[in-house]
Amino acid sequence: MNSSHSNSGKDKNWTARLRKSTLETMEPQDLLPDNQPAYVASWIYVFGVLTIASLLMLIITGLILTLEGPSWWHVSSVGHFFNSMHLWSVELFFVFMVVHLWGKFWMAAWRGKRTATWITGVLAFGTSIITALTGYLIQTNFDSQWIATQAKDGFNAMGIGSFFNTLNTGQAILLHVALLPLVVGIIVVWHILLVRRKGVVPPIDNDSTIQTGAF
Amino acid sequence: MVMKVDPSKKWTGPVRPYDIIKEGVIAVVVVAVLAGGLSLLFSSPDDKAVTLKSWSNNNAADFALTTSGELAGTTTSAGYGAPYNHAANGPTLGPLKLQDWVGVHIPVDPPNDFVVTPLLMLNDANTTTALATWKVASADQQIKWATAYSDALGKAPGATSIPDVKNQFGPVPQMVTSLLAMAKTGALDGALTTSQTPLPTDFTKPLLFLADSDGYFGDMAAKQHLSGDQWGVMNETGSWPGQSWLWLFSLWYQVEPFKSSGNADTLVMTLMGLLTLALALFPILPIIRKLPYKIPIHRLIWKKWYARKL
Repeated sequence: MNSSHSNSGKDKNWTARLRKSTLETMEPQDLLPDNQPAYVASWIYVFGVLTIASLLMLIITGLILTLEGPSWWHVSSVGHFFNSMHLWSVELFFVFMVVHLWGKFWMAAWRGKRTATWITGVLAFGTSIITALTGYLIQTNFDSQWIATQAKDGFNAMGIGSFFNTLNTGQAILLHVALLPLVVGIIVVWHILLVRRKGVVPPIDNDSTIQTGAF
Repeated sequence: MVMKVDPSKKWTGPVRPYDIIKEGVIAVVVVAVLAGGLSLLFSSPDDKAVTLKSWSNNNAADFALTTSGELAGTTTSAGYGAPYNHAANGPTLGPLKLQDWVGVHIPVDPPNDFVVTPLLMLNDANTTTALATWKVASADQQIKWATAYSDALGKAPGATSIPDVKNQFGPVPQMVTSLLAMAKTGALDGALTTSQTPLPTDFTKPLLFLADSDGYFGDMAAKQHLSGDQWGVMNETGSWPGQSWLWLFSLWYQVEPFKSSGNADTLVMTLMGLLTLALALFPILPIIRKLPYKIPIHRLIWKKWYARKL
């Protein structure tokens, strides 16, 4: 009678397996903590959340720019201001992200089975660079024309140019506004969930794996 | 007392108060103020897009020279190879011909697409006669005419046409003159962008044509320090910061063996791909993963924690 609740039964249940590998790996305190380990006390920790805040600002200013289309900012002072906000947000985003990345490197933040957290961070960095490039391609000004004609050679040289044509503004717009932000968003959420699930890596010299360097 | 913990286990040591929502809200406000302030102070660059019309009106001689080059097959586009045409194999990576193997997916035939087909739209008798002469000529003869005219224009800076005193240019001078007149009105921009669909979003053809111009398009970029040898990959027009995160990508183009290699694009793209993969694999790379232990920057990061233990 209890066969439907047996372990073997649960293992075959896709819903149960998904719940077990996601929700049941994290407690509410992990997801929305009101305390942190005492060693989490350095300015370096601020750069992760500043990166996320910059991404949020990019999404907000980007959404505002979508309301009137890609040429709006050339003819409207309001549009130009939000284009400037979008530009400076991406500059801040990368500054914060790179400081965050190097901070995590010097903490050897992959210790304690946090390799996936590190890799998703690098993935977020890489996809952000491609997303930023498509943003530069859709400025519809001289800069975007020049970047398009130069970047095409790199992609063509690798055989990618047939599928991602930097000279096709329509394709770049759709990639920048729809597909790539979705990909970056998914990777960033995945990264954050891994951080919350595993917790903040403890200080070096404070763990038992220093000698082996095990991760 | 040194407290040894397993970093893979949940922390059970001392904690301090923390408000993740409050921290997030403060971060958003800080970024909004920073981005807003920088926008008000420095705005953002917007150099107007160039067109075939602006090119032909501002540097007619360069337009005429590039057009004759398209007919002669000597421009970058005419000799590019995949994904536009079969004119060359493109850069390689050792035995790997990645560009060539993928094949022609975005067909562009510069002499016909940039010059002959747009000219067919004109009802001018001289142009029609010139096109008729061009069409019945052999490919060798066409190249001979166009090369001779291109060479002659190249030796006459500022000239948009050269008299055919030795009868060696065939219909090429008329074709170039007609296309120049068409471009000056803006009709050529429309002809090239609408060649596939009446509501275009793809600017492959006019941009490839523009990019063949060293004397106008390339010159404008060089003045804005955007050329490859000026670290142009990471630069922006004016004095604004560009894609500074591409500094390493840009660096390789400034140094040998990449700088002078005909395969620079393939080599740099491959190298950057490998370096990105290496970055992802830092946790398992033998020497790299030990660096944080050897160079104790973590002592600064966790200064308060280490002091607390003592």
